[in-house]
Amino acid sequence: MTISTTMLLIIIGCCLVTLIPRIAPFILLKKVSLPKWMTDWLSYIPICILTALIVQGMWTAEQGKLIISWHYMLALIPTVIAALWTRSLAVTVIVGVVAMALVRMFS
Amino acid sequence: MHEDRQQFIQGVRDCLPTLLGYIGIGAAFGIVGASSNVSLLEIALLSLLVYAGSAQFIICALFVVHTPIPVIVATTFIVNLRHFLMGLAIAPAFSQYSMKQNVLLGTLLTDETFGVAASKLTKQTKLNASWMHGLNITAYLCWLLSSLAGAMLGQWIEEPTVFGLDFALPAMFVALLIIQLQQQAAGKLMHLLAVVGYTIIFMVVFSFVVPSHLAVLLSTMSAATIGVLTKR
Repeated sequence: MTISTTMLLIIIGCCLVTLIPRIAPFILLKKVSLPKWMTDWLSYIPICILTALIVQGMWTAEQGKLIISWHYMLALIPTVIAALWTRSLAVTVIVGVVAMALVRMFS
Repeated sequence: MHEDRQQFIQGVRDCLPTLLGYIGIGAAFGIVGASSNVSLLEIALLSLLVYAGSAQFIICALFVVHTPIPVIVATTFIVNLRHFLMGLAIAPAFSQYSMKQNVLLGTLLTDETFGVAASKLTKQTKLNASWMHGLNITAYLCWLLSSLAGAMLGQWIEEPTVFGLDFALPAMFVALLIIQLQQQAAGKLMHLLAVVGYTIIFMVVFSFVVPSHLAVLLSTMSAATIGVLTKR
């Protein structure tokens, strides 16, 4: 059980920069209420951010070129089907993990 | 009081389907941490104090190649800035609660608990704080325990990717997105699918010019703007 000074500083720094954007909206919106156009805009955030987070894994950018991750793309197909079919978080996650393991095993 | 307890338990229950994702990614993180020469105590503190899945992987990856501390902290800031947008989107649902409660809700907000809360918000405008605490605290404990278990397993396993555990997170995002889309009325669905399409296009474009975590933020904000402008 050891901790290096470097890692300690990293943990403290990262804790602060993660915590502040997490709690700021809750403090801010407790005091002020947002105008209609802003709440309209925010209503799109869940769908956009989830899409962006999924798409993020589809490729890596290297020197101005996008390298497509075919493993990721292939594993996505059964995952999407499982989600559409079962509407279950747990089943989708299991199907996804198994699909990814199989894709890697056979490639 | 009794009502609060019931809501808390319901929150714990609503968290259960997501736990598999936390266990998969938490274990993968512990394994990666252990193989990056991060000690068990350091892994525990990262999960306890930073508590942010993808950022923790990036911290380990940068740490192992001796990246300067300010660079690691700045990268973590950008990677986790999305929580600010998520917070803005769901905080109004809790404005009736005390400041203390709100700070606690923000502290433990993650992609997944946000996803679960946001899918509830398609049907209602207010959420129960005790319910959200139940959701958040269950996720937090599960993350901590599975990353510790992973760190111990890491002595035997070197590459967590072979098991596909790293795909638990995107799989969960897929489920959360699709469940939210399925809850929409038919008329609104086409509009939202178009917004999904814009997000993908923006991701392609931004990926050429900025790091992927920044691309996530910029694409989300751009596509949401187009969503508002093209709404009928």
